Amino acid sequence: MTTVPGSTAMTLDISQTERVPFSRLVHVELRKMVDTRAGRWLLISIAALTALVLVIQLWVVLAQDQTVGFNDFAAGANIPMNILLPVLGVMSVTSEWSQRTAMVTFSLEPSRSRFLAAKYVGTLIMALIAVVLGLALTIGANGLYAAFSDNQVTWNLGPFQLFCFFLLYVFSMSTGFAFGMLLLNTAAAIVVYFVYSFVLPGLFELGSALMGWFKDIRPWIDFNNAQNPIIEADVTGKEWAQLLTSGLIWLVLPLLIGVWRVLRAEVK
Amino acid sequence: MIKVEGLTRVYGSFTAVDDISFTCRPGTVTGFLGPNGAGKTTTMRVMVGLTPATRGDVTIGGLHFHDIPNPGRHVGVLLDASAQHAGRTGREVLTLGAQTMGLPMSRVDEMLELVSLDETESRRRIRNYSLGMRQRLGIAHALLGDPSVLILDEPANGLDPAGIRWMRGLLKGYADRGGTVLLSSHLLHEVEQIADEMLLIGRGKIVARGSKAELLANAGGAGTLVTALDHDQLTGALTDRGLSFVPVADGIRVDAQPVDVGRLAAERSIVLTELRTASGGLEDLFLELTADTQRDDVSAAPAPEGASL
Repeated sequence: MTTVPGSTAMTLDISQTERVPFSRLVHVELRKMVDTRAGRWLLISIAALTALVLVIQLWVVLAQDQTVGFNDFAAGANIPMNILLPVLGVMSVTSEWSQRTAMVTFSLEPSRSRFLAAKYVGTLIMALIAVVLGLALTIGANGLYAAFSDNQVTWNLGPFQLFCFFLLYVFSMSTGFAFGMLLLNTAAAIVVYFVYSFVLPGLFELGSALMGWFKDIRPWIDFNNAQNPIIEADVTGKEWAQLLTSGLIWLVLPLLIGVWRVLRAEVK
Repeated sequence: MIKVEGLTRVYGSFTAVDDISFTCRPGTVTGFLGPNGAGKTTTMRVMVGLTPATRGDVTIGGLHFHDIPNPGRHVGVLLDASAQHAGRTGREVLTLGAQTMGLPMSRVDEMLELVSLDETESRRRIRNYSLGMRQRLGIAHALLGDPSVLILDEPANGLDPAGIRWMRGLLKGYADRGGTVLLSSHLLHEVEQIADEMLLIGRGKIVARGSKAELLANAGGAGTLVTALDHDQLTGALTDRGLSFVPVADGIRVDAQPVDVGRLAAERSIVLTELRTASGGLEDLFLELTADTQRDDVSAAPAPEGASL
């Protein structure tokens, strides 16, 4: 106890207490992602589905004797990651609200900006783990392909390729994180994310088919589409610019509004 | 240690907390009493920065909650025992708290033992906890960092009578060691035995404050509950003496001290079968003081004269 027994001092002696170090906050946030059944199974599902997609892909290309490269397997692994990593991003934020643990969290770290930063760094670390995992599975798939196929096998895996891998997963995770903060409700955030991710591209497609002017601006505002060059790991200067403008709309803007909301929201 | 000054919180046209001020001193237990929706929880939420104040100020040990480094080590908070992830185990909740605060893991076991949650219970998920177990876990969490200030919202809610007695002992001992305790309740009997100081709140305003004795004195003294073999004889004697009384279930409630009623009965040779201080004295006061703020009509109970609101 910080009060000397019997003393009636009306002030707290905080001279011996340090702020909670940021690394400890990140550590706790990472732990929260895996210490519930929901969180643990989500991680296991991500790994299992990625492996499953690669097995199917491998099976199909071997059966049909197609020629594929490392990139094709990487694109395959990206499909489940792109669907489920955002869910992880969403849940890391919204579970604090839907399960109302934010009340307890904020009573131990009242600075919400530090809390959000720790949570975000936690999700980035998860994205990094996902990259390593996705990469390992992709290498495994390509290795099996090399063993069973007589076709030419490619191992084009440079630092830029790795960087693109990471960027893609960070985008997925961050978009989920942003939508989570924006809505503070798991179901709503996931639904909105899926609309954004699966319905919106169709609308963009339709729009550019019907309207010429829309076709011209679409590459600059369609974040999903702008990520395709990254999946291919072949990005031109113009494509970087398109990634930037569309990313400002679909990632940075929701992140900013989301942060603003969490900093102000009354925790019920 | 806790200082609330002119605190007001407005939601649209609804004033949840209306210009309240009070102080909680080290070494004391302050009971925060009021009917549901009176503003107790809002006040406590403002204290720990979950809700911004519309006007006024709250400091703990001279600091705003936001400025206390590693606040769990100084201020133990339990606002809602059910505000925990249903999928985490009790032990995991305490582990997360201990890790955030930078405490050794042995502290988790100590706290589990303190609140009598055994090994098996601590490894169960919270969705399988009873409300009483959640309260125990919440109290363990609040005490985890060995704080000098405790802020507990309805901690006795869901505890069985033995649990309530245990909590009383725990908080009393904690205050005796110099800690500051603020606990809220909507049930008077939960706090009247341990609170050194009571704050009665109704519709966002503090309607009365003081120790139990002071509150009763302000209410015009404690009443007496008396039963006699012959009630008519007794009521006749009370009327002669000019004492006001009301018939209650199986006796008479007199606005006088038991000694006066006993003396009167002895003078008139009235056989009494029961004579005691009306235990509902404070309860009545509580209901009366907050009468216009109650959801249920308790106007049947007349307001005591001279009660200073």
